[in-house]
Amino acid sequence: MIKTIYSNGKIIAKTGNEIVAEAMRQIEPDVVAAYPITPATEIVQIFSQFVADGIVKSEYVAVESEHSAMSATIAASAAGARSMTATSSQGLSLMWEMLYIASGLRLPVVMAEVNRALSAPINIHCDQSDTMGARDAGWIQIYSENSQEAYDNMIQAVKIAENAKLPVLVTMDGFIISHCMEVVEVYPDFDVKRFIGEYKPDRYLLDVKNPYTLGAIDLHDYYFEHRYQIAEAMKNARDTILNVANDFEKKFGRKYDLYEKYMLDDAEIAIVIIGSAAGTSKIAVKRLREKGIKAGLLKIRVYRPFPSEQIVMDLKHIKVVAVLDRADSCSGAFSPIYSDIAASLCSTGIICPKIVNYVYGLGGREIDVEHILSIYEKLKKIVLGIEKPSNKVEYINVRI
Amino acid sequence: MSKKMIEIRWHGRGGQGAKTAALLFAETILATGKYIQAFPEYGPERMGAPVQSFNRISEEPIMIHCGVVNPDYVVILDPSLMNSVSVTGGVNENGKIIVNTSFTSSDIAKKLGILVKQVHVVNASQIAIETIGRNIPNTPMLGALVKVIGTLDINEVLNNIKNKLTTKFRHKPDVIEGNISSIKRAFEEVVS
Repeated sequence: MIKTIYSNGKIIAKTGNEIVAEAMRQIEPDVVAAYPITPATEIVQIFSQFVADGIVKSEYVAVESEHSAMSATIAASAAGARSMTATSSQGLSLMWEMLYIASGLRLPVVMAEVNRALSAPINIHCDQSDTMGARDAGWIQIYSENSQEAYDNMIQAVKIAENAKLPVLVTMDGFIISHCMEVVEVYPDFDVKRFIGEYKPDRYLLDVKNPYTLGAIDLHDYYFEHRYQIAEAMKNARDTILNVANDFEKKFGRKYDLYEKYMLDDAEIAIVIIGSAAGTSKIAVKRLREKGIKAGLLKIRVYRPFPSEQIVMDLKHIKVVAVLDRADSCSGAFSPIYSDIAASLCSTGIICPKIVNYVYGLGGREIDVEHILSIYEKLKKIVLGIEKPSNKVEYINVRI
Repeated sequence: MSKKMIEIRWHGRGGQGAKTAALLFAETILATGKYIQAFPEYGPERMGAPVQSFNRISEEPIMIHCGVVNPDYVVILDPSLMNSVSVTGGVNENGKIIVNTSFTSSDIAKKLGILVKQVHVVNASQIAIETIGRNIPNTPMLGALVKVIGTLDINEVLNNIKNKLTTKFRHKPDVIEGNISSIKRAFEEVVS
């Protein structure tokens, strides 16, 4: 029998998109500006219905493109409103120049992002190329394994953004989560509203008694200092995220961290993964543990800021680590998460585990328990010295 | 995957409600206190094109997020799909197939090349026409599925579906009654 963790929680069945729209209804931002795109369409479709039905008092701005969606969201935020948007894939790409403006102006915009492959060739299914491409945009990036996490992350994102003064995007995997109905515990509206609190910006453009300039030109005299401040803010956001997670746990009972360790502490071989495939991989870990194989897993929740020092401490005892990316940098070298993990391990000067890089699931290509088991099989062979760790990206379930 | 987990695959044609059936089934089963998943396979979104959707039911939280490979139950809404789609794909010898058809289970078993004991048949289209007034076989097939699974309480399922439909069709009480009796009839009429 399913039990709630929070005493006033309620168990419901919802798809990822439905539950994100539900979180937005409870958050009830002042402004939502969005342009629909598969597979994130339902989020704004459902939310705009809430607006039309008078269920929320939010202003909904139906814009003509994602570039305008992000522009309007930024403008609303600068004016002093709590503002949100939702998008996916090509939509995020079209927002590109505005993403940097949201973070550069230190605006606490919150975006729900549904991970989908980028064109060309055109594809509507899941991979994380879209948000991985935006990893240097100065946005906090929080990834969700399932609908529950997407819901909880959305609620926490509002507080994180407003405390860190940085925009936050919360992702879930396209179709795999966005269109999958599963069990979610929701909290009462009142409790969610009280948790996020009222938005009181330090300063805002519509405060006519205290005028200030926003977005002025900034040349070689101060630009560098301002960019340094953004980098510092991103680093400091780790503590903000942990503090919000702590408050969230105290209130609703669910524990969140920068990343999740699954049977990792005594593991000899492990994979690092992000998103919905982490759940599938946990099944593989469980099966290996039943056979006495010391397998473990590290699931990244917060990808930006990257929790580098902490991750090193939790991986340093592992003999061989596989880093799995659902995005290919086309860099001629390695893919995003691997590069971050490798750099983090290398920077400490301690003896590192051997690490290998796998790319999987592009354009919605299936990744199942057997695929994950085959990676652990490879790691075992590397531990035994039967095989050498590959020094290039390996691909899973692709016809080469 | 724990042994207790039940996996179901629905085959239908675009517009027949394979996705709706999987979602409605999941919501209904959740109300009995079990963990559920329901998801469609997204392909060409055209009326009449073959589509699939899936369910998982478990006593424990469901962590897995990949496709259903070896379904315990396969529900076929449109019998013509047996000519063009591999409806028995991944089904092992304990797997069960429930078909909306007027043929007998031995006819179907012969056609699909599987054991007779694996096949269950019900004329869900006929039931739908007589109870709902239209050939929408997805709701009656829910009743057949509950019967074949055997561990679910039909009265509990009916109550939950009634609650669900009451919110959705509160202005159309006939729709609710028709759907409920279609489920009841398919539950009673499905045979192996």
